[in-house]
Amino acid sequence: MDRVPIAKIGTTLFVTIQIDLQDESVMRLQEDLAEELAATGARGVLIDITAVEIVDSFIGRMLTMIGAISRLFDAETVLVGMRPAVAITLTELGLSLRGVRTALNAEKGLELLSGRA
Amino acid sequence: MDVDASQGQMAAYLRDHQEKVLSRWSELTVAGVRGRLSAVEIRRELEDLYTILLRAMTGADEQAAGELRAALSELSRTRARNGFSPTETAIGIFALKDAVYELVADTAGLAPEFLAFSRMIDDLGLLTFETYATAREQVIADQATAMMELSTPVIRLWEGIIAVPLVGTLDSARTQLVMEKLLETLVATGADHAVLDITGVPTVDTEVAQHLLKTAGAVRLLGAECIISGIRPQVAQTIVSLGIEFGDIATKATLADALAYALRRSGQTIGGQATGGQATGSQAGQQGPA
Repeated sequence: MDRVPIAKIGTTLFVTIQIDLQDESVMRLQEDLAEELAATGARGVLIDITAVEIVDSFIGRMLTMIGAISRLFDAETVLVGMRPAVAITLTELGLSLRGVRTALNAEKGLELLSGRA
Repeated sequence: MDVDASQGQMAAYLRDHQEKVLSRWSELTVAGVRGRLSAVEIRRELEDLYTILLRAMTGADEQAAGELRAALSELSRTRARNGFSPTETAIGIFALKDAVYELVADTAGLAPEFLAFSRMIDDLGLLTFETYATAREQVIADQATAMMELSTPVIRLWEGIIAVPLVGTLDSARTQLVMEKLLETLVATGADHAVLDITGVPTVDTEVAQHLLKTAGAVRLLGAECIISGIRPQVAQTIVSLGIEFGDIATKATLADALAYALRRSGQTIGGQATGGQATGSQAGQQGPA
């Protein structure tokens, strides 16, 4: 199983997903993020999904859950770099990812997070 | 008597009376198309057809049958594209039967030959019809594609603001197309505001609203904000009476309002207006909405 690395820079956790997401890897990511958030007290989570081409309803729901978990640690989640095809799929699935903020790219995502801090 | 032999006889007969048959055939066809084509034009087309037809009937030339079908198909395709009716198209081939019959009626003993000939013309008539229908379907398909392409331009309004003026009804196929183009442009330009202008959408029912909400949702997923503009008074009444909720999507009466809103949200100013002072020299010509 591929593991998604989590990098901490300042008060933000960076998650760059560069693999085809499997259900287990997303669940593992959720666990890792929760532990990392508790350990570091980070204020923001930036998830870059530029390389993700395929999502399903499970992954969509896990992303929402990651957002909800982060909020429990008073951290905000920003999802960046979503591809048009992925956005269309998620809308067709009826997933609007409430509670997760989105930005076009990592730069804008960081602006969002820093504007909050 | 086998068909080939009777066709050979008929061909010989037709060749002998070529001038008479052709004149009568052209005459009938000209009457059939009600003056939309000149007699000279028709005469030329029919002469070509006649020559190939004779070659096909004598059976001397193996390619002639194929050529005849090709020539006929081409003729009916042209007719279809130029907007002739099916009758006007088919009359061209069926008139030949009439023309020949008028001649044959005086000649005794050609009845079996004429029957075989008549059957052949019927086949050719069917071919004409089929090609005509196919050509018309192609025309419709082309127009549908052209309309699809015409109806979804994505315009860059300002730095970071793009707009899609929607014109015509919004069904799922169009929504899909609009969504794809809009999202791709968002990614390509890095814009963070997208305006959906529905001034040109005649009616907004629950289905159209659903499509708008879907598009706005997808835009939000990319990290941009969607604004719906061009809501006319009647449309507003319909939306409210249908109980449609646009949630946190901003709606504006005009595209100008939407642009002003997007500019304010992105912290941009136009000329001197937004700052309340005099217009600065470099941007004096660009007057934004108040």
